[in-house]
Amino acid sequence: MADASVTQRTLHKEAHRPPRRKSRLIRTWNRNKALWLLFLPCLLYYLIFRYAPMFGLVITFKDYNLFKGIWASDWVGFKYYRMFLENPDFWPLMKNTFLLGLYKLVFGFPAPILLAILLNEVRKAAFKRFVQTVSYLPHFISNVIVASMVIMFLSPTGGLINNLLAGIGIGPINFMNEPGLFRGIYVLSEIWQHIGWETIIYLAALTAIDPQLYEAADMDGASRLRKIWHVTLPGISPAIVITLILNIGKVLEIGFEKVFLMQNPAIYDTADIISTYVYRVGMVQGNFSYGASIDLFMGVISLIFIYTANWLSRRLSETSLW
Amino acid sequence: MNSLRFSWFNVVASLILLFVVVVTLYPFLHMLAVSLSSNVNVIQNNISFWPKGFNLSMYKLVLGDPQIWTAYRNTIIYTVLGTLISLVVTSTGAYALSRKDMALRNSFTVLIVITMFFSGGMIPTFLVVRSLNLVDTVWGMVLPGAVSTWNLILMRTFFSGIPKELEESGRMDGLNDIGIFIRIIVPLSKASFATIALFYAVGMWNNFIFPLLYLRSPDLFPLQVLLRNLVLAGSASSGDVTSIGGDNLVVEESLKYATIMVSTLPILVIYPFVQKYFVKGAMVGAVKG
Repeated sequence: MADASVTQRTLHKEAHRPPRRKSRLIRTWNRNKALWLLFLPCLLYYLIFRYAPMFGLVITFKDYNLFKGIWASDWVGFKYYRMFLENPDFWPLMKNTFLLGLYKLVFGFPAPILLAILLNEVRKAAFKRFVQTVSYLPHFISNVIVASMVIMFLSPTGGLINNLLAGIGIGPINFMNEPGLFRGIYVLSEIWQHIGWETIIYLAALTAIDPQLYEAADMDGASRLRKIWHVTLPGISPAIVITLILNIGKVLEIGFEKVFLMQNPAIYDTADIISTYVYRVGMVQGNFSYGASIDLFMGVISLIFIYTANWLSRRLSETSLW
Repeated sequence: MNSLRFSWFNVVASLILLFVVVVTLYPFLHMLAVSLSSNVNVIQNNISFWPKGFNLSMYKLVLGDPQIWTAYRNTIIYTVLGTLISLVVTSTGAYALSRKDMALRNSFTVLIVITMFFSGGMIPTFLVVRSLNLVDTVWGMVLPGAVSTWNLILMRTFFSGIPKELEESGRMDGLNDIGIFIRIIVPLSKASFATIALFYAVGMWNNFIFPLLYLRSPDLFPLQVLLRNLVLAGSASSGDVTSIGGDNLVVEESLKYATIMVSTLPILVIYPFVQKYFVKGAMVGAVKG
């Protein structure tokens, strides 16, 4: 009796399983085909322009040859990684990349926070809006223009800055040929370009602060500075922490364009960073495998950076990206 | 005592903010003034933010150069075409991702988020672009950057905020998901489309790395590459220039400033009017991110 029912059930299952599974697939397909079709161009974009290059990283273990193509080129193992690690340029490049990123973090990160707090203290709405509109502007100017402006203003022959310095009897200084000045100039230009735009995240956080907190502080007789310290800053601290983690994670990802446009061989000692070096050896000199190996090496280090930053922040402040 | 401290605070804060305004605007005013001034005054280095010996000769030189017009045309083509393609691919993708009922939604999201942390890098991407025969074509400019993950996520956030009931009512009327997107979602999201379009347009207008990597022939160069060649590489745009004035370097300076102004003017003029869309986009990103 029991046997019979088991057999019956098995038979029942076998008879029905294939069609049911098929119909479920068909139903899923029918329910999703329109949405999947909408997503298709986006998916293709990511597969072709983002994922295919990741698989293309296989050339870092090969002797990539233009004529043989990726698959037929010979395997060389870690040859190019070893080549980079043993290169006398290795440590200077790492140092330049890291220091430039660190300077940008140390000076570029607090600047928009200060500006946002000052903007928040302005009582006249029209003045506040004017300052905001003006300060966002450079964010939309191209890196080519900003680099041109920096180089021309700092030019020793007729540049704006040297003219001003000549007025007080200094100069002329050939700013863009002084390796010691590059990092400062770069960081200042980054702050000039992005300080306004980067206030937006903090201004958004500031609007969420409950006005009653300020009223309560008034009742206690708190001064403006005390209110900033005890109400404003705690109110935007989650935004500060998130931005800080993101920026620490991105310390090594310095924008290629501006450094490339601002540097010249005379200041490679401080101005040559990994991405500009990769461009030179990889794209200009055609060492594709070598260039890509350096890029991947830095990509992995960068990944470790952002992971560590996130881990630290979760440990210390319970705020994290994931 | 207290009120005195208050006013001091206001004075200092206002001065700092004014300083920010001056430091931001002065460089542009100075370039404009120099480019509009007579050579004598430029040589004497006595121009601040107001032109001396007003004249338009530099602009005549710049605008008389056919290279500028070719580059302008190319930049406009890349910006318009690129923005259109980016908008279509980003908005359809973002809408699909915003629909919680789409199968494989989480897998797709993970696929996209991974690219924010890791990428193949400059050279493997170049090899892919080259193997698709996109090098030195218009498509090489507009396709490799067609979707910005940041904009995609921003748009998904926009779409997630649209009430579900509107989609339901569309379904009642017999629309499928594509119909709902085109007939209901797109008309409701004009402001979001404007914001994202502006982000893409500015990005494309200012893009320098794509033409540097993917374009070879000068006929295809956009403004940014021409600018870099004229201003940074230091070659004067035409032989005539060096014969004007005594000090070539100085005159070159006002010519360069004129070139910079000509290529930046569209952004400077449009910017005050579209600024609020940018800020809206950044706000959504900030609150969400």
